Amino acid sequence: MTVVDAESRFHVLAVDDSLIDRKLIEMLLKNSSYQVTTVDSGSKALELLGLRDEGDDSSSSPSSSSPDHQEIDVNLIITDYCMPGMTGYDLLKRVKGSSSLKDIPVVIMSSENVPARINRCLEDGAEEFFLKPVKLADMKKLKSHLLKRKQQLPMAAAAPDKPPHKPDEAAASAAAIAEAATAQTDGIISDCSCSGSSKRKAAAMEQEVISSPDQRTKPRLSSTSSGLAVET
Amino acid sequence: MAAAALTSQLNALVNNMFAMGLLDDQFQQLQMLQDSTAPDFVSEVVTLFCDDGERIICELSRQLEKPNVDFDRVDSYVHQLKGSSASVGAQKVKNTCIQFREFCQQRSRDGCLKTLDLVRTEFYDLRNKFQAMLQLEQQIQACYPKH
Repeated sequence: MTVVDAESRFHVLAVDDSLIDRKLIEMLLKNSSYQVTTVDSGSKALELLGLRDEGDDSSSSPSSSSPDHQEIDVNLIITDYCMPGMTGYDLLKRVKGSSSLKDIPVVIMSSENVPARINRCLEDGAEEFFLKPVKLADMKKLKSHLLKRKQQLPMAAAAPDKPPHKPDEAAASAAAIAEAATAQTDGIISDCSCSGSSKRKAAAMEQEVISSPDQRTKPRLSSTSSGLAVET
Repeated sequence: MAAAALTSQLNALVNNMFAMGLLDDQFQQLQMLQDSTAPDFVSEVVTLFCDDGERIICELSRQLEKPNVDFDRVDSYVHQLKGSSASVGAQKVKNTCIQFREFCQQRSRDGCLKTLDLVRTEFYDLRNKFQAMLQLEQQIQACYPKH
């Protein structure tokens, strides 16, 4: 498999109530050659993912947990923690509690370095916790989760479970990234042919993704959440 | 050449903003993200920050004038301003927002009012400089014919 081809198809759903932060995360992701769709709330994210607001987990509405009802295929969700209404943590719980969505890696961003919060997110299934403002160097970490996910596909059942992050590790790694950001970014700014209105582009992407059957297959992801994955 | 003079003026302005601690390395991240596919990225984000900041500061004044101040509400506005400042690299405004939130937690109206004055001064100082920066960028762009 050629890594570049695989990466170029990765579709990231970014959730943030702040317009400035949506613009920023969108640019960061596009610069790293991801397809990006942005929404301003957790409920819109669930809507886009095809998860109804009510009764998604109850057996009374089995159709809502069927993959057939997923509106778009998303390879990764990156969400702000602090949002009015549904928080990023609530969104994480909804995604992980849904049989059709639980394998999508979720990354949480927050401007506040609260170890208990970070730990709770990581223990409940978040792949990574980024301290805001998010930087180019953080995008590199996303890549490792996406690639790990692809590579694990054939041997997912054999993959050993690893303990979740400790909050201080996550905080320390975020700090280290912040320090190293200026030095490291050169390597990951890649040419990106994205242009024009993001909204229109996102809409076009949704069409494209829906019509591509091979991407509908959801690879299983083991519960490893180590942030120390080797960069490729 | 006019463009060269404008460019050195722009560089001096931005360097001065860094030297004065108004901006931090997050602003450099924005500059790095701007490329041919998004030539107006920095100016879009800076404009959003200026509009958003003004709205929040007006709202904070209104909230703190009320006889019974809802400090949680004030705190949530300050949180928004802190988030926007952090995202554009407006270091000084961001740091004052951190102090501001402490006064919200202490339920100190006087502390909040004083910090609001400070953050307002810092914000409008920064906004003036951002506007000067954007104006210079436009003048520089105007020196070059469109392709």
